[in-house]
Amino acid sequence: MIRILGRYSVLFILTLLVLAGMSFALAYMFPGDVLSNLTGITPQNQIQRNVLAEQHKLDAGYLVQFSNYLWQLLSGNWGYSFVSGLPLRKEIGLALPATIELAAYAMLVALLVGVPVGCYAGLRSYTKTDYLINSASMVGYSFPVFWLALVFILIFSLELNIAPLSGRNSLLFNIPDQTGFILIDILLAPDVDRWLAFTDALHHLMLPTLALSVISTASLIRITRRSIIDVLNRPYIAAARSRGLSRRQIFLRHILRNALLPILPLMAIQITSLITNAIIVETLFSWPGIGNWLIQAIYQRDYPALRVGMLAVASLVILLTILIDLFNRLIDPSRDKYERVTI
Amino acid sequence: MALMALSALLAVSGCSKHQKDDFYQSGIIYCSESNPVNFNPQLDTSATTSDATSHQIYDRLLDFDPESGRIVPSLASSWNISDDGLIYTFQLRKNVQFQSTSYFTPTRNFNADDVLFSINRWRQASHPYHNVSGGRYPYFESLGLAENIASLKRINGYRIEIHLAQRDSSFLANLATDFSVVLSQEYADYLMDQGTPEKLDHFPIGTGPFEFESYRKDHFIRYLRNDDYWRDTSQAERLIYDITPKSSLRLAKLLTGECDAIAFPAQTELDIIRNRDELDLAEKPGLNVGFWAFNTQRPPFDNPKVRRALAYAIDKNTLLEAVYFDSASRAKSLLPAASWAYQNDAEDTAYNPVLARKLLKEAGIEPGFTMTIWAIPIERAYNPNAAKMAELIQRYLSDVDINVNIVTYDWTTFRRHLREGLHDSVLIGWSADNGDPDNFYRPLLSCGAIPSGTNRAMWCNEEYDALIERALKTEDLEQRKALYKQVNTLLFKELPLVPIAHAYRYQAHREALKGMQINPYGGVRFGGVIKQL
Repeated sequence: MIRILGRYSVLFILTLLVLAGMSFALAYMFPGDVLSNLTGITPQNQIQRNVLAEQHKLDAGYLVQFSNYLWQLLSGNWGYSFVSGLPLRKEIGLALPATIELAAYAMLVALLVGVPVGCYAGLRSYTKTDYLINSASMVGYSFPVFWLALVFILIFSLELNIAPLSGRNSLLFNIPDQTGFILIDILLAPDVDRWLAFTDALHHLMLPTLALSVISTASLIRITRRSIIDVLNRPYIAAARSRGLSRRQIFLRHILRNALLPILPLMAIQITSLITNAIIVETLFSWPGIGNWLIQAIYQRDYPALRVGMLAVASLVILLTILIDLFNRLIDPSRDKYERVTI
Repeated sequence: MALMALSALLAVSGCSKHQKDDFYQSGIIYCSESNPVNFNPQLDTSATTSDATSHQIYDRLLDFDPESGRIVPSLASSWNISDDGLIYTFQLRKNVQFQSTSYFTPTRNFNADDVLFSINRWRQASHPYHNVSGGRYPYFESLGLAENIASLKRINGYRIEIHLAQRDSSFLANLATDFSVVLSQEYADYLMDQGTPEKLDHFPIGTGPFEFESYRKDHFIRYLRNDDYWRDTSQAERLIYDITPKSSLRLAKLLTGECDAIAFPAQTELDIIRNRDELDLAEKPGLNVGFWAFNTQRPPFDNPKVRRALAYAIDKNTLLEAVYFDSASRAKSLLPAASWAYQNDAEDTAYNPVLARKLLKEAGIEPGFTMTIWAIPIERAYNPNAAKMAELIQRYLSDVDINVNIVTYDWTTFRRHLREGLHDSVLIGWSADNGDPDNFYRPLLSCGAIPSGTNRAMWCNEEYDALIERALKTEDLEQRKALYKQVNTLLFKELPLVPIAHAYRYQAHREALKGMQINPYGGVRFGGVIKQL
């Protein structure tokens, strides 16, 4: 186990190093002054320039510069945004949780809907219900997420007017940013009608979560269904049947447990696409997450923001993927033997 | 689905509807178009900055009445002008408090020292605050106001006296514009002691109906009600500017009720707003004019007959429909109807190609003559699509056998070449900052405005200059009106430019907002506006 942990840590650190290297190279590749791209500060005079250059060791070789850059990243000095002039660590610290929150709720909806429906379809495999669910999930899986989000906005916001289309809380609520997670911030906020704010936040969450979860739900349905069908054909199910166990017992004890195990690693793959989709959904719903933030940075040519933002998103995705992989190994040491389940 | 069900459940089982409505109508959300540069309109002439500050956080000595355009008292309760028009005495209002916020608590009420501080800051280059935040005061600089104030005296705590070097009948109007706000001297002194004078322009303190709470760039500006506001009006408890640069998104938010009012609805979206029962669209002629100016220093445009012929060759009504989508009124002279000196019966040219051809022939213009029309490369309220307008005029002029080349450059080059006088004619316009007619006549057509580059017709006429000078030195409004009438007659005779349109100003808001008034003389106002769901 310790060996596996060690291998994963080395893998993680190496990947991060490569990413940090790319992000460092970006400072040189972006147009404009390297010093400004690194710090986000445009020096007003020669003295300030010298101090900053000294701090970032710009006169030394690339390797020294890079190690210094790593040290700056680790000590939390990520530079400043060209546009807002605020520290990037603070900006990302607020934007990233918003994305994680949205993705987490979408994942939750996908799990709550996808797994039961998938099980149902799997148990009724090759019946009309199954075909219906199967084709519906295929349709859901094929929708481009930006189109779906726009259709949701058109129907639920503009026509029916039952859901707001932008942001994550009515601005009437003065919720200070503390953790970046809106529902937690509401709990921490002083002088706010929490219940009302909570309802309002859920209203705002509705459409982006739905739009984001459709694809994940559809693929979860298909994965679960496939997995259930596979388990149903195993000899131990036939054995359990012949032992005269009730259908309920067979389902809960044998089918469900064995079928869910291969689903977890597939969720890890989902996370990458979930974050990518979240970026699109955020832009459409003006959700103040990292995707929206990066898009604004691209529009406004905020190079320091792009440099660190790319690093932050990539690190998050890698961290999540490795953690889930590790978790899979912990709960199922024989995982290597499994074949990949098909979608 | 689960979430939807959950939130529906929450909505139903939550608190009573009454309580919820109470909360949602306690605050107004205004979707604005951009970030303010700072929170002091003295330092910036952009509408975004003055919208966010001028009528919310601050007050001025005087105000424009949005209905009549007359100057009415604000922080100055009354004023007196000496017979020679050089000495202005202002009596200041008593018991007006500055806002108490989380970052400053005033210990005294508003008095003459605050007025002196606010004016001296831009007037005196030696003032300790003059160079804080850049030291540029574009509005006052463009009018040369600092040079014309000879002295500024405090008579007592609530009375001040301003001596002018020369008569200036638009002086009061300048004090009533969005830019002439009154700051707190006590707060400025406090910040100077703290060593952070620049905070004066970013954490503002004023006497207005709302106090500043917080600002997050690209996201929002929050204001709270100033409970001690001196005017007897009812304000919403909170005011929030939701910064939304995309006009389509602003409209979408207005439709869903996420905004109660929006800035600058696009002209193509106006019908959507008109067709909705729950939305109100207020429109008023704005203080602007779009025109077609001839370069009167270039032959043959130095001949009034040629200019007249060209003016008769175009159909203004078609231009209004095609370019402004009927969101503008036809211009007869320079002044829009929102100005008090507007002359309803001013003469106007009508579409008459036969007459145009006859005049051209008399002036000796051969058929097939080629001229240029320059079209501004950017979108402005006074001309949302100059290129399209130029194409339409091209068609009209081809009917009278004149060829037109349409010229356009990027905005900076365009303005430089215009100043150099390289154009035959140009489609451009003017937006004024206050309702005073001098704000139109002087910069647009006086001799002195040729070098500064606002006189696009490069037209210099002694009679015209003498008339507007006399009008400026006359205090009596009726006499001034009569003088401007003479000016209009002169302009109709000479036609250095063809006035085309005065674009309307639009303001869209939800029906729930009561008391919203469109203000043609500057920024949006939320004092006295309440929300009733």
